[in-house]
Amino acid sequence: MDIERIDQIIDSHRGEASSLIQILLEIQRENGWLPREALDRVRERLQVPVSRIQHIVTFYKAFSLVPRGRHQVHICVGTACHVRGATRILDKVEEITGIKAGETDLDLKFSVETVGCVGCCALGPVLEVDGKTHGKITPTETAAVLKSYE
Amino acid sequence: MARINSPEKLEKARQEILSRRKPDAPCISICAGAGCLAFGASEVIDAFKAEVEKQGLTVDVDIKKTGCPGFCERGPVVVIFPEEICYLQVKPQDVPEIVSQTIKEKKIVERLLYVDPTTDEKAIHESDIPFYKNQQRNIICDNIKIDSKILDDYLAIGGYEALSKVLFQMSADDVLAEVKASQLRGRGGAGFPVWRKWEGTRNSPGEIKYLVVNADEGDPGAFMDRALLEGNPHSILEGLIIGAHTIGSNEGYFYVRQEYPLAMENLGIAIRQAKEYGLLGKDILGSGFDFNVEVHRGAGAFVCGEETALLRSLEGKPGEPTPRPPYPAVKGLWEKPTNINNVETWANIPLIINKGGAAFASTGTEGSKGTKIFSLVGKITNTGLVEVPMGITLNDIIYKIGGGIPGGKKFKAVQTGGPSGGCIPAEQLNLEVGFDELTKAGSMMGSGGMIVLDEDTCMVDVARYFIDFLTEESCGKCVPCREGLRQMHTILTRITRGEGREGDIELLEVLAETAKEASLCALGKSAPNPFLSTLRYFRDEYDAHIKEKRCPALSCKELISYYIEPDKCQACMICLKKCPVDAIEGGKKKIHVIIQEKCTNCGECFEACPSKFGAIKKLSGEPVPPPIPEAERTFVKKSKEK
Ligand SMILES: Cc1cc2nc3c(=O)[nH]c(=O)nc-3n(C[C@H](O)[C@H](O)[C@H](O)COP(=O)(O)O)c2cc1C
Ligand code: FES
Repeated sequence: MDIERIDQIIDSHRGEASSLIQILLEIQRENGWLPREALDRVRERLQVPVSRIQHIVTFYKAFSLVPRGRHQVHICVGTACHVRGATRILDKVEEITGIKAGETDLDLKFSVETVGCVGCCALGPVLEVDGKTHGKITPTETAAVLKSYE
Repeated sequence: MARINSPEKLEKARQEILSRRKPDAPCISICAGAGCLAFGASEVIDAFKAEVEKQGLTVDVDIKKTGCPGFCERGPVVVIFPEEICYLQVKPQDVPEIVSQTIKEKKIVERLLYVDPTTDEKAIHESDIPFYKNQQRNIICDNIKIDSKILDDYLAIGGYEALSKVLFQMSADDVLAEVKASQLRGRGGAGFPVWRKWEGTRNSPGEIKYLVVNADEGDPGAFMDRALLEGNPHSILEGLIIGAHTIGSNEGYFYVRQEYPLAMENLGIAIRQAKEYGLLGKDILGSGFDFNVEVHRGAGAFVCGEETALLRSLEGKPGEPTPRPPYPAVKGLWEKPTNINNVETWANIPLIINKGGAAFASTGTEGSKGTKIFSLVGKITNTGLVEVPMGITLNDIIYKIGGGIPGGKKFKAVQTGGPSGGCIPAEQLNLEVGFDELTKAGSMMGSGGMIVLDEDTCMVDVARYFIDFLTEESCGKCVPCREGLRQMHTILTRITRGEGREGDIELLEVLAETAKEASLCALGKSAPNPFLSTLRYFRDEYDAHIKEKRCPALSCKELISYYIEPDKCQACMICLKKCPVDAIEGGKKKIHVIIQEKCTNCGECFEACPSKFGAIKKLSGEPVPPPIPEAERTFVKKSKEK
């Protein structure tokens, strides 16, 4: 991500330190993750200590300090999905991708994440891949869905 | 649109909008909420647009993408006005028929109507469907009538009338008196009286005061705030501006959960349009009152729903709670007096102003007034959002509205209040729903999640699930919560794995007591509730896990075995092919047997076995019968089965 774009984002928040989280979220959204150079730039411009940035990016789950995979796999583990068997979907995803929730595989194909309630409880258990919702999914279907991604 | 700068002009604008709309012209409303979108609502909307054009009806027929009306179970939901004909589970293929029959010929497409499963009667109108009929929908009812991206839609149903009244006909004291008379209590969890908080912030010394809308909706299994944010953001905004005028604040914040992109989008559009119309920003409606709002996105931390943590997050800091007092009303955002309320709380305000506080208070119980939206989910026939009067019984919600438990299963409990709440058993289904009533039963109102559990749900696992969630979400600042929950999680996990020990329950009780007493914020203080309530009502399940290594619900993976009953097996090969670890032996005409050593208990065979055979059984706490000898495995079709 180039410095100019980062500066633009910072400027759109008037360079205020109180907007630190919002600025980091925007960088994360555009770039998919937070590279070291981006964090350095934010630190310089907002004049906040490294420790504060570190605290923020590790406290909030939205931030990633490593590159993310091409496909974002979200398994809803909200209560409604849990009682309808979300654990088995998660097990299947972990089995197929070979990684645990919160991780990205070495080929940068999948990033797997658990999420709490995506608002489609009627369809539980729910799997989301790149924002597409797959409802009332079974472990077998999960395998088929994941295999359809390159 | 030019800025509206007087109440008269607002009324005029409304009349103009209404005069442009023909009340008898057909309007096709299609829910574009998260649930219906997942069922394919986008394709249905596109199909309607194309079909209406094809049949040359574009000028006469209005197509509306609306918010969620609540009946997610039967999505995509389509309602045709003015008749209010309600079609369910509509597919793009159904669209040509709807347009040619219902829109053109005014005939009903019978097969898309709701059919009552007990009486087989069809319901034409939304209001005839039992799911809706037994609700009292004062807030969520508007969702299906408006496209939240179009402010005119909100004005057409009387939007911002309450604001106009507050700015020009009422004093701040009048408004406060009305809110007090309504006895409205906060919908975000704790149920604190709204007027008292407003009054406190108003009376706190200081020029600058802030207002906050808590739209963090962290409860996993609840989505009513999302439906309001997506479907009717102006109602929240209107409530907020009324609050601002009353309390004396010129700046407000929305704090929205980052997992809700559509809510962010619709809210952003609503704010922009309200500014353009002069309903927000400088000199609102020409009254001289200024109020601005900003939207902040959450960054994925449950604890940020807690008000003090939320305020730190708004300041750009880690969302760690701070001890109260001082309360936000005295010292909140940037140390200034701050009033924070939940989305649904704010959405109730215009209603209270329009109808009057006394009318609002005429519904409900002694301590809880008005209506509340619940997300009715889990093992229930009609999943969705339901808005009910306070004081309704759980029984009515679950059976009359929810349609009972699917699959002929038995009801076990209903979980309310999210991770801070608890489980209420069948014996208490006559409980009236209200803040104090639910607390007395060992649970909580919380933000309105209502998860129905049936006989297949293990209550120890439910407790473990919530403690697991909270262990992850604990901010880590105080020891009783951070370490206490972690230990509770370890012990509960041990119990569900069949490694529970004598004395575990007592140890859990001590940890629960400590977290309750000594945690810094309500996250830790209420975290033991799911454990304590399941122990209170389902102690026998804990005992079965610990003493007999048995899971009565046949749910805990480590405590069950799968077994094929030889006399029921039809040697059909279905389960055998499904097994991912080749743990099933057998063949065509050869009765199948599960090799227990290889089986990983994934349960795929159990689901694959055709229900008419039902040959696979779950066992817990009893030995698996030995496999039948090789010689007896040849499958012989029994004559009585044709
Ligand atoms: C751990 C925790 C999480 C909370 N999450 C939310 C939430 O997601 N949404 C919400 O409105 N209130 C939440 N609350 C309650 C808020 O602290 C606060 O009471 C509420 O926003 C006040 O608004 P109300 O008076 O309108 O209910 C939470 C409280 C705790 C302790
Ligand atoms: S709990 Fe999974 S969508 Fe609500």
